[in-house]
Amino acid sequence: MTTMRPQDILLPVASGLCCKPGGFHIDPVRPVERAVITHGHSDHARAGHGAVLATQETLDMMRLRYGENFAGSTQAIRYGEEIRLGDVRVKFHPAGHVLGSAQIAVTCKDTCIVASGDYKDAPDPTCTPFELVPCDVFITEATFGLPVFRHGDASDEVKKLLASVALFPERAHLVGAYSLGKAQRVIALLRQAGYDAPIYLHGAMEKITEYYQSRGIALGELRPVKGVKKAALSGTITLAPPSATSDLWTRRFPDPVTAFASGWMRVRARARQRGVELPLVISDHADWDGLTATIGATGAGEIWVTHGQEDALVHWCRSNGLRAQPLDLVGYGDEEESETPLQDEAEA
Amino acid sequence: MNRFAELLDRLAYEPGRNNKLRLITGYFRKVGDPDRGYALAALTGALSFKHAKPALIRDLIAARTDEVLFGLSYDYVGDLSETVALMWPKAALAGHNNPPPPSLSEVVTTLRTLGKTELPKQLERWLDELDETGRWALLKLVTGALRIGISARLAKTAAAALGDKDPHEVELIWPGLAPPYLDLFAWLEGRAEKPVNRDPAPFRPVMLAHAIEETDFAALDPADYIAEWKWDGIRVQAVAGRDDRGHITARLYSRTGEDITGSFPDLVPSLRLPGAIDGELLILREGRVQSFNVLQQRLNRKIVSPKLIKEFPIHLRAYDLLGDDENDVRELPFAERRERLEIFIGKLGDPRIDLSPTVPFTSWEALAVARADPASAGAGEDADAVEGVMLKRRDAAYLPGRPKGQWWKWKRDPHIIDAVLMYAQRGHGKRSSYYSDYTFGVWTAGDGGDELVPVGKAYFGFTDEELLQIDRFVRRNTTEKFGPVRHVVHEPDQGLVLEVAFEGLQRSPRHKSGVAMRFPRISRLRWDKPPKEADRLETLERMLKAEAVEA
Repeated sequence: MTTMRPQDILLPVASGLCCKPGGFHIDPVRPVERAVITHGHSDHARAGHGAVLATQETLDMMRLRYGENFAGSTQAIRYGEEIRLGDVRVKFHPAGHVLGSAQIAVTCKDTCIVASGDYKDAPDPTCTPFELVPCDVFITEATFGLPVFRHGDASDEVKKLLASVALFPERAHLVGAYSLGKAQRVIALLRQAGYDAPIYLHGAMEKITEYYQSRGIALGELRPVKGVKKAALSGTITLAPPSATSDLWTRRFPDPVTAFASGWMRVRARARQRGVELPLVISDHADWDGLTATIGATGAGEIWVTHGQEDALVHWCRSNGLRAQPLDLVGYGDEEESETPLQDEAEA
Repeated sequence: MNRFAELLDRLAYEPGRNNKLRLITGYFRKVGDPDRGYALAALTGALSFKHAKPALIRDLIAARTDEVLFGLSYDYVGDLSETVALMWPKAALAGHNNPPPPSLSEVVTTLRTLGKTELPKQLERWLDELDETGRWALLKLVTGALRIGISARLAKTAAAALGDKDPHEVELIWPGLAPPYLDLFAWLEGRAEKPVNRDPAPFRPVMLAHAIEETDFAALDPADYIAEWKWDGIRVQAVAGRDDRGHITARLYSRTGEDITGSFPDLVPSLRLPGAIDGELLILREGRVQSFNVLQQRLNRKIVSPKLIKEFPIHLRAYDLLGDDENDVRELPFAERRERLEIFIGKLGDPRIDLSPTVPFTSWEALAVARADPASAGAGEDADAVEGVMLKRRDAAYLPGRPKGQWWKWKRDPHIIDAVLMYAQRGHGKRSSYYSDYTFGVWTAGDGGDELVPVGKAYFGFTDEELLQIDRFVRRNTTEKFGPVRHVVHEPDQGLVLEVAFEGLQRSPRHKSGVAMRFPRISRLRWDKPPKEADRLETLERMLKAEAVEA
């Protein structure tokens, strides 16, 4: 049996990660004939492809965002399920990033490459936990690929939020959180911490949050913030897309405390730049320790590093005896910085 | 240490004064002695130990981490203490129970006595024991870089709130207190008597004036008031008193109670008589008061050189007496205090301390004339250092704060120019949804004809209604966005003219225009005026020349 070179299986091209022997692209940033998609965030899941293979949840989220005709045809695949595409086998494994997120293992002959998309190895009550997949080449993100990023326990951050609500009962607490995944995780964590008051939602979060609930994720009583009187919002918590927390929209709240749930909040300058008063270090990406531990545990001898702080992570891999290279893929990044609200709800 | 670190962390992000107060008071309530006392000391700048140098911190991290990874991280974070706090890899203590993190008291008391050679090992131990926020606070504390936007006054006010006391009461006894302030907290919590201030030269909270409006005069009788010049210097309190052994201690305080004696050693020998003078710090050259710009050369200096003292001879112009020898005279009417002050200054007979003259007047019209032309009304050659007039009720006791109707300030009209709004930036806190910080410019000849050059920045002076109007204008007329900054249209026929009032001008190589304004604020919105009719840089340069002649 011949062993293929990994770059003969997967190769970065302008439209994304291309699998020639399988005839598909992973998370393509431009319309392609056949797309295999890791998760529903807009920088990974775009509209306009011919055929899309993804988990049911990811397909549903794409439908919510782009409408019924987001792709020519779709095919749902379950975690652990393997299908054959051209000369390769494709298998989906949970990535622990958001609901429905997957790592994609591509095997050709006896070489296995795992494209992990975005992932985290920390507990999250709103999605299936990350699964470690042994492989020959591991493609990892590097969003938080610097040793200053250590996210700690997200439930401690939620305690910080609740302590602030207790200290300032007459003010409204406005939590900026990406509307797909982060918002629902924060709500679930608040419930875990025993907070059982209604939680308010910015209009752009309603659809996707309802979808989470329809998938059996318990989030307690949620209310749209639209139309609620200013005075009635004292002492309440509202989740909103990050971009809304520093805009005209905030004027409907009584003396709001602006919080932001993000891994970036680890760094003061980032928090201050955004005018955040209560930074909450809650991330849906692996932190430095998570990235390095995962890389080591896959057993992969070769690491490809994409979107984020590639330099530091590549340096770490090489210092630890692993072959590593940055993959210059463009078009992915920080979903929090580039959030586009779901259709029809931009004004809410 | 962790709770103090949490407090600092939260304070660092909180823009609102009242919210800061609540955070600090909340901390004092939750945390016991002596930790909270050392926290109060840290916030008021009352801690003293040798600070660790950044090089030491760099050495510690270099021994623990990869150089490249540290470099990349430092580049990204931009702050040494924070980078080290975040990436510090804890030593693996296999089989050990982790020691508890140090308390703030432990850190402070250890640092006080620790030898220089023992510091690195000790810091390393603490860094291993603390979490990210704890390490950050520790490093800020030991490097002496605890800049979190909290004034000593604010911290004392927060302490006072713990016992529902007036912050002035804390201010009064403060000079006699020392960390960890056990007696202070005992009193604030109703467990003990108020601590007695044994300081021979304590600060007394100052009395402030209201700005007078045209409409106020109708209700005021000129006969009830004494007028004096309002000098453009620095308000200070000069206090001298005898200690237990009969020696004189002299101190100079800023209006907020900060001890600034060290910056003006040349004034200390003049404070020979026990008493407390309220007055203005000025620079006098050959008997003439110099402009504020000149005085500024002597402020915020770390080292006061003999050359500086000689070139900028300091002077105290007295206008009130709060303590006369051992007697507290603050309860006496102003007219009586003024008489005592005249006697006191006469007895002192010191060339560095003189009396601020009163301005005689019989009607408000007469005073308006004097205010418009101080030179002819008694201020003579010092008229340029006159900012306006002060009105003080003859029967007013010396009350801390800004009591209504007792003291008024009636400033001369400020300098005014019409400038064009160029850039707008989001505000902070409550204003974070508004574009409330404005950069404005005036016209000057450029390579391709007239162009606007920025001359200053202002973020107050407008009403809430005007803020809404400007905010709307900014949003609708943005030409470019750079992060939180918006470029606002500023063409000869398109844009918004702001009337900007300011107190003075200075040459400034840091500004492209070469001038910097003192205390600029938006005084009016000139919707009626096209930008091309706004002022030119030459106008400012003329004003600058006029000021330079005075200086």
